[in-house]
Amino acid sequence: MSYLRKVLAIVWKDLVAELRTKEMFSAMFVFAVLVVVIFNFAFDLRVSGERVRQVAPGALWVAFAFAGVLGLNRAFVLEQDRGCLEGLLLAPVDHTAIYFGKMLSTFIFMLVVEALTLPVFTAFFGINLFDLRLVLVVFLGTLGFAGVGTVLSAMTAQTRAREVLLPILLLPVATPVLIAAVKATAGILDGLPMSDLRLWLELLLAFDVIFPAVAFMTFDYVVKE
Amino acid sequence: MKSKNDRLLFVLTAVCAVLILVALYLALEGAPVANLKSETGRFAQRIIYFHIATAWVGFLAFFVTFAAGVAYLRTQARKWDIVALSSAEIGTVFMLGVLVSGSIWAKPAWGVWWVWDERLTISLVQFLIYAGYLMLRSSVEDPSRRARFAAVYGIVAFISVPINFVAIRLWRTQHPLIFGTERGGLSPNMMFAFFFCLATFTLWYGTLMWHRIRLERLHDDVEQLKQRLM
Repeated sequence: MSYLRKVLAIVWKDLVAELRTKEMFSAMFVFAVLVVVIFNFAFDLRVSGERVRQVAPGALWVAFAFAGVLGLNRAFVLEQDRGCLEGLLLAPVDHTAIYFGKMLSTFIFMLVVEALTLPVFTAFFGINLFDLRLVLVVFLGTLGFAGVGTVLSAMTAQTRAREVLLPILLLPVATPVLIAAVKATAGILDGLPMSDLRLWLELLLAFDVIFPAVAFMTFDYVVKE
Repeated sequence: MKSKNDRLLFVLTAVCAVLILVALYLALEGAPVANLKSETGRFAQRIIYFHIATAWVGFLAFFVTFAAGVAYLRTQARKWDIVALSSAEIGTVFMLGVLVSGSIWAKPAWGVWWVWDERLTISLVQFLIYAGYLMLRSSVEDPSRRARFAAVYGIVAFISVPINFVAIRLWRTQHPLIFGTERGGLSPNMMFAFFFCLATFTLWYGTLMWHRIRLERLHDDVEQLKQRLM
């Protein structure tokens, strides 16, 4: 079995498990919508008209990031509960295949939730977010978030504090993703040309390459006993 | 053998204390008055000697944590974990010092305690990463697992620093500069005070590291003795 097949087998396993329970999808989606709703309360009456456009990118990415943390938390805790992680580790696969599998499945979960959140956001904030370039930004931003989040999630799942610890470890490391994604989203909303966004997209791309590479090198130390 | 090392450490600590007093004199009195318009500005400027030296130690400590983390993953030797832990703890305190002294300076110089300037922001993010590192450590009981996790997080966090720096720098330059930068350049006399403080703080960091590593070793010894008794 090739490396890619092994990775895809893990992704497939996660997707099937999720489709049977729909636990994570629904929790992440409802949470993302709640963040959007709470932002509407928080900005209540103080922000309207043109100014909504100014706060919208931030609100959108906070919703994505928090929902992502929720999903990442479950990614490895789920494996721990029934001793499934041991099973995965005993399987004759390279441990990094587990990382890439988990990373891809988290990435897919996040993308689905984001695809569902975007229309809700468009309706609540009254701004049109349907833009193909935004899809690219969401894609790259989410990949970066899942890339570094998966390795940290594998760690925090084995600690005493578990859910509490992941955002504390992840958010400061992921600030470049948030900055670049918010800036690129804002640029798209302001109708800037693609050349003005290139810098941010390149930054996201760099993040998307560097962190999976670091995780690739260190993941073994995170899961081995 | 042990007592000889201890005596050396005592001497080093005393030397540090004297040097810090000299540095304090140089920073507050010895260095020439800065060429600034307002009187408060001229006073406030003197914080630079301690502020930048503190920041330097904060980032140096972080680099040491990273390097010790890499060394730990390669060798699995307890000593590297002790180095990483000690450096992270000291770095956290220094980073907090940077944020506090920066805020104290910003109030008279800029009129506000805080602006989202690139250097301020990166220092804050750095401090939060340190806080996360220490919380991660306190949340894992098994020593070898704790050391491995801490090493991995130290590496991930350290690599995020340059990317963070680029992101924050780009983020800030998109905005007009509200506050003028104080890039006046330092006169030769100021340079002396500046580098004296830098060297003193670096030595101080080394001394603190020694203290902290010694403390952790003693802690290990006590644990072992406890094990033997039980």
